[in-house]
Amino acid sequence: MATQQTRSIGRIAVAPSVLALFLWMIVPLAMTIWFSFLRYNLLDSNPACSLMTPAALLDEANRCLAGTTNYYYFLTDPAFFKAMRNSLLLVFWVLVISVAGGTLLALLLDQAIYGRNIVRLMVIAPFFVMPTVSALVWKNMMMHPVQGFLAWITKSMGLGAIDWFAHYPMTAIVIMVSWQWLPFATLIILTALQSFDEEQKEAAQMDGTPPFSFFWYMIVPHLARPVTVVILIETIFLLNVFAEIYVSGSGGRAGNLPFLVYQYGLISNDIGGASAGGIVAVVLANIVAFFLMRMIGKNLEG
Amino acid sequence: MARAVSTRRKLFFTALSWTIAFLIFFPVLWTVLTSFKTEGEAVSIPPTFLFFDWTLENYAVVQERSDYVKFAMNSVYLALGSTLLALLIAIPAAWAMAFAPGKRTKDLLMWMLSTKMMPPVGALIPLYLVFRDLKLLDSHVGIIIVLMLLNLPIIIWMLYTYFKEIPGEILEASRMDGASIGKELIYVLAPMAVPGIASTVLLNIILAWNESFWTLTLTTKDAAPLTQFIASYSSPEGLFWAKLSAASTMAIAPILVLGWFAQKQLVRGLTFGAVK
Repeated sequence: MATQQTRSIGRIAVAPSVLALFLWMIVPLAMTIWFSFLRYNLLDSNPACSLMTPAALLDEANRCLAGTTNYYYFLTDPAFFKAMRNSLLLVFWVLVISVAGGTLLALLLDQAIYGRNIVRLMVIAPFFVMPTVSALVWKNMMMHPVQGFLAWITKSMGLGAIDWFAHYPMTAIVIMVSWQWLPFATLIILTALQSFDEEQKEAAQMDGTPPFSFFWYMIVPHLARPVTVVILIETIFLLNVFAEIYVSGSGGRAGNLPFLVYQYGLISNDIGGASAGGIVAVVLANIVAFFLMRMIGKNLEG
Repeated sequence: MARAVSTRRKLFFTALSWTIAFLIFFPVLWTVLTSFKTEGEAVSIPPTFLFFDWTLENYAVVQERSDYVKFAMNSVYLALGSTLLALLIAIPAAWAMAFAPGKRTKDLLMWMLSTKMMPPVGALIPLYLVFRDLKLLDSHVGIIIVLMLLNLPIIIWMLYTYFKEIPGEILEASRMDGASIGKELIYVLAPMAVPGIASTVLLNIILAWNESFWTLTLTTKDAAPLTQFIASYSSPEGLFWAKLSAASTMAIAPILVLGWFAQKQLVRGLTFGAVK
């Protein structure tokens, strides 16, 4: 079908997108790598160490080049270990909660129930709530130690109130982010369940397949693909959680890698250090992406 | 007998799922309710549920104090602007990949997907500095370009999966009849592609509306959308829960409504067509 002519038109049609994405991927990354080897602080009185004056930069190269110092400081900063740990903990727990919870909830919602559409609407709602809103709503109205709704519940049950963000900031963030992503997992898995062939279900019932075997040999393999997709997409987004931590003011103790880089760069004005941190984040994401793509490659073929 | 059991089963599952759904939905519901309370009522313990003096005062105060309309308009500009700009370059690309696929098309699509895996912090510092030097910080143009690039892979993927479903024979037939590429696009492809494009637009508006890494780091005032508007409530002055709730309700309501309509598209778009 594709003639020589349509092919070359095709190339022209694809070019702008490819070019835009290529530049988007390569230019900032190259600059970040370059900055990460510079002694470059916005508060520094030495203006030569800035990208916008490349000639001056080369002149002053010796004064500006930092070698691997930025990496050394970033990687040995105790805050880095904490941020790294928080990043991974956040991804891990939210994945566990949203995939396990989402599967169970999807199986439930796939049953014959009254008003399924309304239930679905309520369940999916948190996903559309913008991160800054959910951060403030959870921090204040839900988890406030005195007037928060959860405090009222635990107090009425005779338990003390918990000051979530002061004492368990990481748990608070995990709960909040899980609340946002559980609906997503549920929706995807439910959609997949509903595409399950009704005739196969009936055939299995007629053959007298025990419910558990049916679940294990029919449903579970059918869910492998959507669950893989959920894990992939959530991981991409969860590694980059920022607004929830920034707006709820829990960056000090529950800050993850993106937050630490933000702090280095836009708060402390240490461009070199922040860039080194950014590269560390990119490497981490690539390691994760490598495994994910292999996993996905297996599951998404066809 | 079997019927009775299945009804009881149905009632049980109904009760269980309504309870869980209500718990998940509760924070949203609670925000909306609180937005109609007075500040005193908003922090009262025990909390009041429905029987309080409903007031619209908070909405007026929020508009007056922090100019909701300006931020909301910025959100609209950014969401629509980035979506339209992305469509402009994504439609030809998706069209070409769906109807004139080469050997490398699958690889190209996978590569586009992989650009989504690049963490934004890897680009934050240079982008911030370049924007600062080009006076693009806190400008609509700058953020629109960033949001466009951010969602371009998802848009291309989504359009691609929709275009793939349009039978190529129809296009071929029109070509046989001597239609030019331009005519083919406008008269044959466009009418069949509109539903897919509409879904793509819907999803992208939702994503752009809620995007809160770049909007928080690259805007401050003039081009700041609702994400930034809400963030300004993070440092409270006095009693502010009712006002925060009113602001939050106004920030999420439009997208919640759109989102409810767009559930199916959301699944398809965010799974890159893998789950339909």
